[in-house]
Amino acid sequence: MNWVKSIGISIILIALIYVINSAMSSAGFFGFGIDDYYSRLLVFIAINIILATSLNLINGFTGQFSIGHAGFMAVGAYSSAYFTVNYGKAIESSLAFGGETIASGIVLLIAILIGLIFSAIAGLLVGIPSLRLKGDYLAIVTLGFAEIIRIVILNIDSVGGATGYQVGGYANFFWVGILAVITIVIIHNIVKSDAGRALVSIREDELAAEAMGVNTTRYKVISFVIGSGFAGVAGVLFAHYNRFLSTNDFQFIKSFEIIIMIVIGGMGSMTGAILGAIIVTLLPEMLRYLPDIQIGATTFKFADLRLVIFALILILTMILRPQGILGTKEITDFFKRKGGLR
Amino acid sequence: MLTLENVSVNYGAIEALNGISLHIEQGEVVTLIGANGAGKTTTLRTITGLLEPKSGAVKFEGKLTNGIAAHKLVALGMAMSPEGRGVFANLSVRENLEMGAYLRNDKKGIADDMERGFAMFPRLKEREQQKAGTLSGGEQQMLAMVRALMSRPRLLLLDEPSLGLAPLVVHTIFEAIEEIRSNGTTILLVEQNANAALHHSDRAYVLETGRIVMEGNSKELAANPKVKEAYLGE
Amino acid sequence: MTLDSGQQEKMDTFIQQIINGLTIGSIYALIALGYTMVYGILRLINFAHGDIYMVGAYAGFMLATALGFAVNPSVFGFIVTLLGSMTIAAAIGMAIERFAYRPVRKYSKMTTLITAIGMSLLIEYLFVFIFSGTPRSFPQLLPNENYTLFGNATISTSQILIFVVSLLLMIFLQWIVYQTKIGKAMRAVSYNINSAKLMGINTDFVIAFTFALGSALAAAGGVLTAQYNPKIEPLMGIITGLKAFVAAVLGGIGNIPGAVLGGLLIGAAETLVVGYGSYIGVPSTYRDAVAFAILILVLLIRPAGLLGTNIQEKV
Repeated sequence: MNWVKSIGISIILIALIYVINSAMSSAGFFGFGIDDYYSRLLVFIAINIILATSLNLINGFTGQFSIGHAGFMAVGAYSSAYFTVNYGKAIESSLAFGGETIASGIVLLIAILIGLIFSAIAGLLVGIPSLRLKGDYLAIVTLGFAEIIRIVILNIDSVGGATGYQVGGYANFFWVGILAVITIVIIHNIVKSDAGRALVSIREDELAAEAMGVNTTRYKVISFVIGSGFAGVAGVLFAHYNRFLSTNDFQFIKSFEIIIMIVIGGMGSMTGAILGAIIVTLLPEMLRYLPDIQIGATTFKFADLRLVIFALILILTMILRPQGILGTKEITDFFKRKGGLR
Repeated sequence: MLTLENVSVNYGAIEALNGISLHIEQGEVVTLIGANGAGKTTTLRTITGLLEPKSGAVKFEGKLTNGIAAHKLVALGMAMSPEGRGVFANLSVRENLEMGAYLRNDKKGIADDMERGFAMFPRLKEREQQKAGTLSGGEQQMLAMVRALMSRPRLLLLDEPSLGLAPLVVHTIFEAIEEIRSNGTTILLVEQNANAALHHSDRAYVLETGRIVMEGNSKELAANPKVKEAYLGE
Repeated sequence: MTLDSGQQEKMDTFIQQIINGLTIGSIYALIALGYTMVYGILRLINFAHGDIYMVGAYAGFMLATALGFAVNPSVFGFIVTLLGSMTIAAAIGMAIERFAYRPVRKYSKMTTLITAIGMSLLIEYLFVFIFSGTPRSFPQLLPNENYTLFGNATISTSQILIFVVSLLLMIFLQWIVYQTKIGKAMRAVSYNINSAKLMGINTDFVIAFTFALGSALAAAGGVLTAQYNPKIEPLMGIITGLKAFVAAVLGGIGNIPGAVLGGLLIGAAETLVVGYGSYIGVPSTYRDAVAFAILILVLLIRPAGLLGTNIQEKV
């Protein structure tokens, strides 16, 4: 898929997102509308897709084991929220001539840029010293950095500290959806480019890649910075959709959740990461509808077991299908004709 | 004592052994020679249960051993000095030998066997309390051999015992092999040093890319022009 | 040298901080031992290990309540609770290894680590489901008193208990690992698992034994902590477990004395930051960041840790 084709497909997707988004407005699309609960789920699926595909670039394609993605998401969320809370209104009023939607859209775009830049810088600062390490040493260092980022933010009173941070609701499904599409397109094209082949060669055999002249340190850092940047974008969207930030949203359990998405979907598969993001968002919700069972005097609320079941599914996936649902294949591979070169 | 019938082994998609058959009789010293990557170590790992054959039969003293875990095969009476010696560098020489006698509980017998090992290689006695990681390559090889003998095996498998050792040490090792055989232990010796291996064995198999291409009396093979050219460097 | 009353007070506070730091550090050390042993043998970061510490506290809570020790504090009651909780945790640790980790042992590192994360989540959520997230109050099993050491620094019965019991357990562990056959087998397996198999060592058994041992120590940590700070809740193992893991890395992962040293250092550092951090511009709210900062520094400067030698990556 080249850029032209990607842009074509993106336009179709964005049109679709526009249609769904208008269905979410109170009046609704053809008067039907989408329930608030479901629109919220759709938004979170899109945010999780950004998180999963960006982490997949680092873990799945470059083979560098990071478990601190939530930290970079936090950097994006808080840096951009600080901007919109302090300057958002002023910019909006100075742009009032263009109409409310456009003004708030521009504020959000600037916020996204700010989140992207700050989290990419954080990724650079963390990545340069850390990426010398391998395997689980790298994993725990990224985990450590993410926790430190979180605790530092917790101690900055101007972004709410421990009490949380009220943020303006600039983002809606339209923006989140578009950004998800843009993220997928960019990461997909990176992976298919020469640089992408270099990343995969590092995953397959770092020494061999080095021997073939790939500057492995450089490529690892690039992949880490890009991945972190997009995690920041997800953070921006989360902040401005959720309208409230608490550092509890970025504990390492969040990083684990993103890891789980790409692992269940299949590490090193774009469509796998997307599938994983959808499953991890929806599964715990679906498990809410499990029935209660009455045994004697006690009622067992199986819905309360949903997180237990979720953890069990994760473990069983690892035991029975350690490569995830798709492995490194793409969904589209299954529709291609058999035979020929792959 | 040991027979392999049509044994094939895969590493993932790669076929490492392609239907090899061999047999070792009680009291023999049999050697397996071949180039790097021919499948010598794979053969030994399959015999000792570290690898499971894809097809074929491995029989030890008439008993089918395919799929039996490695640690259980030790109890049946075989022991191996592995490739690269595999001593426990973080354990002392004495503790390494205790690990060799892991399945035994006769304290007296273990102590006697340890002394016998020390008599075979007095240098080990001097380094009894030292960590095995501090030993020289030759000493580690000696340790690996004595350690394997500590389980009182009827079949001893030696993987490249002379690899990377100085000529004088190689000589000591092969003398020890002669001594072990004279005590009645059957030996399967895998070697790249084909010259020494053929000199110190009764029969030999030549392995090439996972197949046995030649077999026979060691003296006759040593005289075979093809073997001379390919393995003896003449 | 004589101290005026102001200096004396500062000195007392400092000693008190150190005592408190070493108390919590002993707990980190007990948990760190399990991390380090499992890592040494399987190269697996057993993320569920911190949760075993929590399981140990709950098992102790159930035992003490069921057997009536809660109402009648006694040394006997404490010992039964401690040993009972350690036994239960050992069994659970072995079950986790058998049913979750053994099936994925042959797969990639990423797979095993995620299985461990899954196991951690499973235990946490299961305990939230059974016991609810509300904290419970662990009964006092021994009468608690404060003893004045020097000046105004004090030490409580539960702190003494933590020091004595953890010291005994560490001596016991040292004896197992260095003097017994199974201990030597553990060290052999951790160095070269295939060579160990060739010795006739049942490596699966040795690995299970290692999990049992580590889990029992973590459970002891859980019961001891609950004597010191009686509030127990299902998520208490997360942050304590992570810090204990950091302690293991600091000491040199795979290295048993290192885990103890690392635990004590992290405990002391953390308490000192709370007590004195404000003098150097580090507010006490950074308490939980201390361990991670140390972790990052160690890994970037000396990945082998203070006492460790470089562990080769397993493939």
